[in-house]
Amino acid sequence: MQVDQAPLEEAFEATIAGNDRIEPRDWMPEKYRQTLIRQVAQHAHSEIIGMQPEGNWITRAPSLRRKAVLLAKVQDEAGHGLYLYSATETLGVSRDELTRRLIEGKQKYSSIFNYPTLSYADVGTIGWLVDGAAICNQVPLCRTSYGPYGRAMIRICKEESFHQRQGYELLMTMMRGTDEQRAMVQESVDRFWWPALMMFGPPDGDSPNTAQSMAWGIKRHTNDELRQRFVDMTVPQAKALGVTLPDPQLQWNEERGAHDFGEPDWDEFWAVVKGNGPCNAQRMAHRKAAYDDGAWVREAAMAFAAKAQEGQND
Amino acid sequence: MTDNTAEWPLYEVFVRSKRGLNHVHVGSLHAPDAEFALRHARDVYTRRNEGVSIWVVKSIDITASSPSEKDPLFAPSGDKVYRHPTFYDIPDNVPHM
Repeated sequence: MQVDQAPLEEAFEATIAGNDRIEPRDWMPEKYRQTLIRQVAQHAHSEIIGMQPEGNWITRAPSLRRKAVLLAKVQDEAGHGLYLYSATETLGVSRDELTRRLIEGKQKYSSIFNYPTLSYADVGTIGWLVDGAAICNQVPLCRTSYGPYGRAMIRICKEESFHQRQGYELLMTMMRGTDEQRAMVQESVDRFWWPALMMFGPPDGDSPNTAQSMAWGIKRHTNDELRQRFVDMTVPQAKALGVTLPDPQLQWNEERGAHDFGEPDWDEFWAVVKGNGPCNAQRMAHRKAAYDDGAWVREAAMAFAAKAQEGQND
Repeated sequence: MTDNTAEWPLYEVFVRSKRGLNHVHVGSLHAPDAEFALRHARDVYTRRNEGVSIWVVKSIDITASSPSEKDPLFAPSGDKVYRHPTFYDIPDNVPHM
């Protein structure tokens, strides 16, 4: 029997128009579901892959305090990945399937995590700029139209503030140190500034999904709007820190009431997205190894649970 | 990659944020059994003192009302305005009511 979809679609559109939330068991257009799966899964994968660049420094953190902070931060990233996988699963896709799509390269993660962390200052810069950019992206997503995604974002945003502040504090500490330490901070900011701007995605003109995502209330602002907001927020922070942002075109525009800034290298962006960044292969190899090496643990835990269940039934 | 492993079952997690409040649904996670689900829930959902008590229940054990039957299901309460206190006119000079 052919089900008449018109009234279902009407109810869906009315919910969106009323700024109300769509919940997992509601009817939704297949494209809405697929768009969300793609976006939320990509977000979840980014959190999980994002553990690697900073995890790189846990054993080499300069003090117990810094090590405890970094451990807590990387553990948070794992938690954020799990909240988001949990939200993605409510759309009818299994966790195993999501892991498989990541490892097989069928779903992406944020290109920022394909850049290496060459010095300890990078831990601070990632907290300040990368998590700062993430916060810009994520705060509006707390009001996204899909309920479980919005709820996950609320939890995440509460925790991101710690991430950004610990990074900025780390950099402030280094800036109060030796000339060599100040140079380390500047060098790190020079490397991460442009990739951080790329985190907002391609310019609006090259972002074909944006219009539909905004009509559906999945996205609340365009890539360029968020990028502008991030630049305006970051400039005074850089000044307070005493570092230079590596963009000769960066200056305040009185007329617009916003900063003008240069264009990121979009050829580099697309190359990294397509898998040719400095660390793409390493990140994927590490994720796959972690999954494969953990197989025996997953199997043993299942066997143990089955045995305990048997014991109860005797 | 091993495909022969069955996926750990999905559990829904409910957290009581402090004494005196209800447990509230916070999300889900995978675990081999309920005992592990509790431990994982502690690590995933209560890293900042968000809870004093956790419930976990297998997702497949939850029976939910259907969104498409929402209207008929909740209709019986729709027309019973006399269940609300504002239905009753009480003179303004009657205190404590």
